[in-house]
Amino acid sequence: MRSATTPLTIATPRTLADALSMLRDEPLVPIAGATDLYVGLNFGTLEARHFLDVTRLAELRGIAVRDDLLVIGAGTPYTAIMQSAVVQQRLPMLVQAASQIGGVQIQNRGTLGGNVANGSPAGDSLPVLAAADAVLVLRSASAERRVAFTSFYTGYRASVLRSDELIIAVELPRVDGRQWFRKVGTRAAQAISKLVIAAVRAPLPRIAVGSVAATTVRLPRTEAALASGAGIDEAANILEAEITPIDDIRSSADYRRQVAANLLRRFWLDTGD
Amino acid sequence: MRFTLNGALAEVEAHPMKRLLDVLREDCGLTGTKEGCGEGECGACTVLVDDTLVVSCLVPFAQVEGADVRTIEGLGTDHALQRHFMNEAGAQCGICTPGMIMVASTLAPGATLDEIRVALAGNLCRCTGYEAIYRAIHRAHAEGGQ
Repeated sequence: MRSATTPLTIATPRTLADALSMLRDEPLVPIAGATDLYVGLNFGTLEARHFLDVTRLAELRGIAVRDDLLVIGAGTPYTAIMQSAVVQQRLPMLVQAASQIGGVQIQNRGTLGGNVANGSPAGDSLPVLAAADAVLVLRSASAERRVAFTSFYTGYRASVLRSDELIIAVELPRVDGRQWFRKVGTRAAQAISKLVIAAVRAPLPRIAVGSVAATTVRLPRTEAALASGAGIDEAANILEAEITPIDDIRSSADYRRQVAANLLRRFWLDTGD
Repeated sequence: MRFTLNGALAEVEAHPMKRLLDVLREDCGLTGTKEGCGEGECGACTVLVDDTLVVSCLVPFAQVEGADVRTIEGLGTDHALQRHFMNEAGAQCGICTPGMIMVASTLAPGATLDEIRVALAGNLCRCTGYEAIYRAIHRAHAEGGQ
């Protein structure tokens, strides 16, 4: 590991109340499955030095239905999401996303809340949360608040999460319509997405895409066009204007724009009657 | 810090942010677990923590307190998977092999080729082309289990 361990600290609270008190008193970086954080530590690129282990907080784990909301604890690993009958039934696009993240070892450790907190525009679960109109439950020692997932990010890896808050859970309302998910990477497993898309075919279609902007984005203009009966060619043109992909080590802006349009067409074809 | 290592109680003094991989190799002397990429891509450092497959390069030592850790050494020296990996040339340079075998050891006998491929999706091998590895696992299963 390139980062020296000596200056690093980790607090290991056993209850959520203790964890939130610690976060109130000093800035600590929460650490769950560590599948992103330790990559940064191993390569010496992570600046954070003081961490808060959240893996022992039972309050962050589990999947339940409350008031017809699917509630997934932020510390729930992808494997548990994939194996959950209620997630399979209500949100199959999340099961698809989870099963294409990393390999078994990463799915066993990586958590839904961690994917949100990490805030990569390539995060594979994030388009699903955007398309499902997810709500994030954020809690500090003094208050709890709910933030729509689509209002959570303020820019590249930046969000409204305060340093004294933890992401507690993700609430997912029932999704009407056919769900569709597709990830494009260099191989079927262990790939960081060149492009990732989740969509819902309904009278008001929903389309959310990752790796085409600084954050995961919904495409309201493309959605509105399809909702108003525009043809798929017109919608694809609108999509190409609505996204702002960049060239980076994994792909080019041109490729991403073309593939995003192709995926929109594929979504429309696959989910048509 | 206390945890169970290959069935025996272990008490190890190490930094809580040290990687489990380094604790196993440096503090416990168990060098069977290999470091490949150090970023969770290759699976070479795969071990079991509480019967769950993890890459030990991405696990802070603090998180295994009280846990049950099993490494390649825990399989002993005459495991069916080890023998068939040798017989089928499922190991060449050998760096990926402990991780491959740890994953294979969790597969139910009779796993199909597709199931084996999905299970091993997080384990990279740059020598064998994988076919010999799949064959070794099938043979070990045919021999009557793991």
